[in-house]
Amino acid sequence: MKRFRLSQQEIVFAVFAALFLTFSVFLKGFLSADNMLTLLQNVAVLGILGLAMAIVVIGRGIDLSLIAALAVPGGLVLQMVQNGHSLPASLLAAGLLSIAIGLVNGWLIAYAEVPPLFATLATGLFVAGLGQAAIFQLDVVQWSDGMAGFERLGQGSILGIPTSIVMFAAACLVVFILLRQTRWGAYIYAIGDNPFAARVTGIPSRPIVVLQYVVAALIGCFAGLVMAASVNSMPTRIFNSTLIYDVILVVVLGGIGLSGGRGGVVNVIIGTLLIGTMLNGMTIMDIPYAGQNMIKGIVLLIAVITDTFLNPRNEETAQQGDI
Amino acid sequence: MRIHNLAFGSLAALALATATIPAFAQQGLEEPFQKPFREALAGKTVAYVPVAMNFDLTEGWYAGLKKELEPYGVKFEIRDPNWNTNAGAQAVTSLISEKPAVMVIHNPDVQTYAKLLQRAENEGIYVIQINMGSAYRSSAFVGANWIEIGERQTEGVVKACQGKSNKIAIIQGALSAAASAYTLKGVENVLAKHPEVKVVSSQAADWDAAKAKAITQTVLKQNPDLCGIVGFWDGMDIGTAAAIKEAGLTGKVFLATSGGGERKGACELVKNGSFDLNMSYDVPTQAAQMAGTIKWLLSSGAKPGSVKGSEYTTLIPITKENADSQTACWNLSDLKK
Repeated sequence: MKRFRLSQQEIVFAVFAALFLTFSVFLKGFLSADNMLTLLQNVAVLGILGLAMAIVVIGRGIDLSLIAALAVPGGLVLQMVQNGHSLPASLLAAGLLSIAIGLVNGWLIAYAEVPPLFATLATGLFVAGLGQAAIFQLDVVQWSDGMAGFERLGQGSILGIPTSIVMFAAACLVVFILLRQTRWGAYIYAIGDNPFAARVTGIPSRPIVVLQYVVAALIGCFAGLVMAASVNSMPTRIFNSTLIYDVILVVVLGGIGLSGGRGGVVNVIIGTLLIGTMLNGMTIMDIPYAGQNMIKGIVLLIAVITDTFLNPRNEETAQQGDI
Repeated sequence: MRIHNLAFGSLAALALATATIPAFAQQGLEEPFQKPFREALAGKTVAYVPVAMNFDLTEGWYAGLKKELEPYGVKFEIRDPNWNTNAGAQAVTSLISEKPAVMVIHNPDVQTYAKLLQRAENEGIYVIQINMGSAYRSSAFVGANWIEIGERQTEGVVKACQGKSNKIAIIQGALSAAASAYTLKGVENVLAKHPEVKVVSSQAADWDAAKAKAITQTVLKQNPDLCGIVGFWDGMDIGTAAAIKEAGLTGKVFLATSGGGERKGACELVKNGSFDLNMSYDVPTQAAQMAGTIKWLLSSGAKPGSVKGSEYTTLIPITKENADSQTACWNLSDLKK
């Protein structure tokens, strides 16, 4: 007898669909075009970060320095402009800083063979500390006149669609092309699925790992700029928040296993939609903050438990490095 | 001869008088209290434990205290727990054994430091609590009255709502922060008197601008006729303001917030229409009051914990009318000079 099997991705999609339907029926004002756009807009930055994390996780890594890569280069741009530098020069400096963060992460993991969990934890702390000690005058870097016009990256709309959603869509497209249409993308999957086999077959696995982290840091910087533009400031203290867990959540919930080699852009979109729907619905219902956390926890547990029941782990399905 | 003598005598007396009176003035007069005052301050250590450095309030207090106290030879020490309550409690504990003369404490919440601060005063250290008090009442509290801030912000919003939808939203800070809970109490006090005002949303945004923006966007989509928002901190309400602006409702939704009154974070944003009312607790004045209290306590010789008092900050409501003035706001860069 063939058993009916659902992948985690499909389970999460089902949970999302169920939530969405429930809210649409019972929650006045949920299912309107305006609210749908708000829902997406609110999770656009989370989604962009999810894409960065997805690239690294597919290559069997993890990047805990992602929030520092969002806050520090983004804040650097605002601070440099505030101090009188030109916007292009500041953007260039931020881009170089992001590449440097990615290179250090990649080198530590690929060449020094430090486990990614520890390497990125350390670099994240270092970068955040560097920002606080040497770059920012205040935790919240304010928008200044020199940035005029740049706020369009995160505010306003293009053809009726809020810009941050367009930015998320653009990032999805770029990452999709990188992962599915280029040789580098295929290498990332190969390394994530089995790093040793990948190396034996002649894939330049170390440079590809470095590339993953550089791309992740650059996407992080982009997410930071979208976020700063959308709230007209850079709250660099966001490094101390729990945002990194939400990012990992989006990736894992969407069905990209931490063991690597699986999933893609679609998974990030599904994970982001689920989180967005929950947040939006609970805000409309005006559920207190503590209650929101509880509900978030319960929905996640349901998704994870259902997955464990439908796809039990055994020696065959378990992979090395599975967390 | 007699006349001559008399004339000579009076002349001499006049000469003496004119010679001696300025001489007295040139010798000066000893002021008996300044020397003990200087001695009481010189070489003393003041330890400062904010919840974190690097934001306008704590940087402003630090700069203001330093400017006032260092010229008197006061050593100024800073322990930065960087938002970590445990690290802060450890810093306070280790300071108690190092015995500074004064501790200036910015509490993260009402309970964590309370017992420690009591111990510090028992050990002979003056404790000044700033902006966020603890359950223990120490020698001095200098800071904002959060209840009053909540009341006055809400009064502003209620007034702006008159004749409109009377629908308002509240963007709280972090639930664990007493400043947020006290402000909420102030909001409730005013709303109790105005049953016609309906709160359509009251959510915590964790002092986070991005979260505040997300909540406000959703609330505005559900209630496009919203007439006012009470926000709990200007650093967070940049996000609230961005959401109002994106919805094209600037000027229609009255946004009241509060903060330390730093020019870029307060006056500039009132001027460009982001905020309609910003209740400022004027950080430089608070710093000057802290410094004054420290000078008074050290020179008084009073036993730590034997006198206890409060100095609640007189709030400055920043609106379009005074946002341009030189005195409504302050510049961190000037204070640091």
